[in-house]
Amino acid sequence: MAIVETCKLSFDYIRRDEEGNVSSINRALNRVDLSVEKGEFIAILGGNGSGKSTLAKHINAILYPTEGYVLVDGKKTSEEINILDIRQKAGMVFQNPDNQIIGSVVEEDVGFGPENMGIPSENIWERVEEALKILGMWEYRKHSPMRLSGGQKQRVAIAGVVAMHPECIIMDEPTAMLDPAGRKDVIRAARALNDVERITIILITHYMEEVVYANKVFVMEGGEIKMFGTPREIFSRVEELEKMRLDVPQATRLAYELKRRGLSQLPDGILTEKELVTELCRLYSII
Amino acid sequence: MLREMTLGQYYQVESRLHRLDPRVKLMGTLVFIISLFVSQKAVCYAVATVFLICMIKLSKVPFGYMVRGMRAIVMIMMITVVFNLFLSPGEALVTFWAFTITKEGLRNAVFTAIRLTYLILGSSLMTLTTTPNDLTDGMEKGLGFLKIFKLPVHEIAMMMSIALRFIPILLEETDKIMKAQQARGADFESGGLIRRARAMVPLLVPLFVSAFRRANDLALAMEARCYHGGEGRTKMKPLKYKAWDVRAYVILFCYLALVVLTAIVSPV
Repeated sequence: MAIVETCKLSFDYIRRDEEGNVSSINRALNRVDLSVEKGEFIAILGGNGSGKSTLAKHINAILYPTEGYVLVDGKKTSEEINILDIRQKAGMVFQNPDNQIIGSVVEEDVGFGPENMGIPSENIWERVEEALKILGMWEYRKHSPMRLSGGQKQRVAIAGVVAMHPECIIMDEPTAMLDPAGRKDVIRAARALNDVERITIILITHYMEEVVYANKVFVMEGGEIKMFGTPREIFSRVEELEKMRLDVPQATRLAYELKRRGLSQLPDGILTEKELVTELCRLYSII
Repeated sequence: MLREMTLGQYYQVESRLHRLDPRVKLMGTLVFIISLFVSQKAVCYAVATVFLICMIKLSKVPFGYMVRGMRAIVMIMMITVVFNLFLSPGEALVTFWAFTITKEGLRNAVFTAIRLTYLILGSSLMTLTTTPNDLTDGMEKGLGFLKIFKLPVHEIAMMMSIALRFIPILLEETDKIMKAQQARGADFESGGLIRRARAMVPLLVPLFVSAFRRANDLALAMEARCYHGGEGRTKMKPLKYKAWDVRAYVILFCYLALVVLTAIVSPV
């Protein structure tokens, strides 16, 4: 059963002047159809202004569709009664770690979600402990979030969502403000949540390396889904990606260039360095 | 400058006072302030002094650290003392030129000085021994009865705790903007007070813009985590009175009774 499903989802940003007349309409999403199964790891790629963040906000019922609908676990986001339920089922992690941490101590922040859900106090502590241990932040529970590194802050933010026991976590460019080490930490945490806890992950990003591990990739441009498939399928279409001003992982790029210069036996859609090395070795031992 | 102020800051140390329920401490501060205004006689102040010294000893906060917070209010204190000293009518003690110091004036000046000092010491004792979060929790629970009058107690407490969390972030931001502007030739250090104040104006605009942006982001993040006001919300650390809290209430009550009694009975 699909955990998240959108059907012909369109959304307009409407700008009004002082008298309240509509001065401009900006279509951010245009007839987006998307379906995510339970337990999947989905990546949504796209450049700036491609509508990927707008899409994410629809899944968490922060924005409501202008046309079409969004279903989270079979419930429509546009209906008021479903909102709290949907926000618990589909948690969201934002880009800026500083602006989403509410508590002044790590454990208090992780407890914020469960507190809002009305969980009894003892159970909140259990959830906080569990969430912090999953994210490897248990030893920092008494720290002030101010003193943590970017990657650690973002893991605290993820723990805050995990403590709500969601079925799905939407991560809206969680690594955009982090250094490479922090980025690695966060992606590793996301993969572990997907592998071990079977939580559906929807990762929105513009770093291609992070997409490699996804089950499915959606590429967005101008508010529409332009491509969709496994990472291998997507990255074998290097020219199309380039037209959308999107990069491909370095290994993929190198394989593509080698192929263009005559190494035609190389397969399409090589994703990692390791794969490239094995493929090249295989080729040369044959030759 | 803001970093040096000890007024309203938390001092981390293990003590009986630190462990008290924040509601008791809020109540205690209120009782102490009331007792200061009830006091009209020297004996009352003696009682208050003993009480305050005992509490400071109990809190294990170094006295010097507390006094440092007082420097900010020295000016205000001087002004009130001078006004009281010269402007109270009554039996003249000393007269020179246009000024007269009266017996009542002297008495008022001394009492006002003591009152103000104790007021600050008493309330900073509360903030020094209570974390901001405990404080807002205590206010939310302790003032919960005001909800009958449609006062949004939970919302106010939530706003306070968020504001407290964002103070260091905004300070850091101010520092960043200042450095960015200095790198482009802005001058915050030279010139008189007015010139320096004027140099701060271009600092405020970007600071406000970023504060609003942060507020917007934070509101989104809170909503995304199911925040929907205080209704149906549970607490991670619910406040519960313990044996020592009850004892503290009894001590407070005894103290207030003693002050009121001495105020009525004592001749001086």
